[in-house]
Amino acid sequence: MTRASARRRTAQGRRPLILVLPAVCGLAFLLLPLAGLLLRAPWRSVPDRLFSTEVGQALRLSLVCASLATVLCLGLGIPLAWLLARGEIPGLGFVRALVTVPLVLPPVVGGVALLLVLGRRGIIGRHLNEWFGVSLPFTTAGVVVAEAFVAMPFLVISVEGALRGADPRYEEAAATLGASRWLTFRRVTLPSVMPGVIAGAVLCWARALGEFGATITFAGNFPGKTTTMPLAVYLALETDPEDAIVLSLVLLFVSVVVLAALRDRWTRGVV
Amino acid sequence: MIRSLSAVALTGAVAWTMVGCGSDKSSDPAPTDKVSGTVTVFAAASLTETFTELGKQFEAAHPGVKVVYSFGASSALAEQIKQGAPVDVFASAAPKNMQQVVDAGDITAKPVMFVRNRLEIAVPKGNPGHVTGLADFGKTEPKIALCAEQVPCGAAAKTVFEVAGVTPQPDTREADVKAVLTKVTLGEVDAALVYRTDVKAAGDKVEGIDFPEADKAINDYPVAPLAKAPNAAAAAAFVEFVRSDQAHTVFTKAGFDNP
Repeated sequence: MTRASARRRTAQGRRPLILVLPAVCGLAFLLLPLAGLLLRAPWRSVPDRLFSTEVGQALRLSLVCASLATVLCLGLGIPLAWLLARGEIPGLGFVRALVTVPLVLPPVVGGVALLLVLGRRGIIGRHLNEWFGVSLPFTTAGVVVAEAFVAMPFLVISVEGALRGADPRYEEAAATLGASRWLTFRRVTLPSVMPGVIAGAVLCWARALGEFGATITFAGNFPGKTTTMPLAVYLALETDPEDAIVLSLVLLFVSVVVLAALRDRWTRGVV
Repeated sequence: MIRSLSAVALTGAVAWTMVGCGSDKSSDPAPTDKVSGTVTVFAAASLTETFTELGKQFEAAHPGVKVVYSFGASSALAEQIKQGAPVDVFASAAPKNMQQVVDAGDITAKPVMFVRNRLEIAVPKGNPGHVTGLADFGKTEPKIALCAEQVPCGAAAKTVFEVAGVTPQPDTREADVKAVLTKVTLGEVDAALVYRTDVKAAGDKVEGIDFPEADKAINDYPVAPLAKAPNAAAAAAFVEFVRSDQAHTVFTKAGFDNP
């Protein structure tokens, strides 16, 4: 590793200052707000604030919902990524663009869109309510749906990229040896793109954990049922900004751990 | 995390600017001196319609002035002001949030109560949940939306429930009164407690039901110019204008009471 980095250094020669300065500014721009949170955190009262029932409730709910949303995204997202990467349907590029819409859609708009489709009077939600008595808004299931809607594109893009980079000859070899398509996918394709799946799942989970707009719009805000950490932060700001900072630190800590776990992938630029 | 913080900054920051449409009412207040430039107003979500209308009239009365708004929960707006947002005028839905800003030293003038508002039960058109009064809020069947207790409409709701002896069973506690109203408009909840003005503003999609306990939680709205207002002259003129007869015509039409 050290020899490689030494070789890299000699190859690069002198760094152009014209790039270094904005690079440092960019880094400061990204890191200073986080440093501000750390500096302004009421460290002395952190334990008391963290171990209140509301915070515990919100944190537990956040972790559970983000994990369930990730499972939902894996179940639906991997097949979708496979279709986008391997499918031979006209207009696939357009479908790929559509899949990324939730990435750029303002989350609150995403929440309203979900209400219009899955709400009590929504296009599909109306029938869910009439036939099965199921109503998603204001339930924990609604939180999972809102988070999955916003986070799924991360997983799909990541897995699709890995599938495109995978060597199709292994799949062909498996097929010539008599493996069915399903067996080939399970035993050859999926293991070869596993790093992409894991990276996508982690990103997807982190995005679901921080989801605010779609959640509060679609699932509402009720402690223990739909109040996730970001919602708790938002409401804590109304009364006690210090509480909000402490809650934010928890989310920040989680993000840092997740990104540290992903570090190798970032530097190799696979994600 | 950053998303949720920026969401705070953004929920209130749906500021839209208006083009003055000439109205030659002769009753406009005499401006103390020539005002110009932009006047930035932070106002409670429940003032969205009336202040937007007043902004047009104010711009018509003072050519060359542009009124820019940020509407949101009074508590969030007060917090943004304490964090140094460059604001000229603050209009809050509760004296408490105004007091926070006064205590922080950002307002030195004496805030003036300019309107009052009362709570009303809002139900979707046709009243699908067959809600008749406050007692229904204590039952589990109807879906109920309330304001979070941290914001003025939630605090007022808490008071009326205490007076009525009802323990509410809400399905959601929204961050500001317009979010609650949206849930009613979309028919996602059977009933909600919002201000009478919100029911009026929602037009025919929402029906309002008055209830006697509302008298016990009248909301007074204070307004004041900021001590460090970037445009002090316009701030003073706008506060003056909000208290004028012309403005009160707008408020009364929207369902506000005079203080």
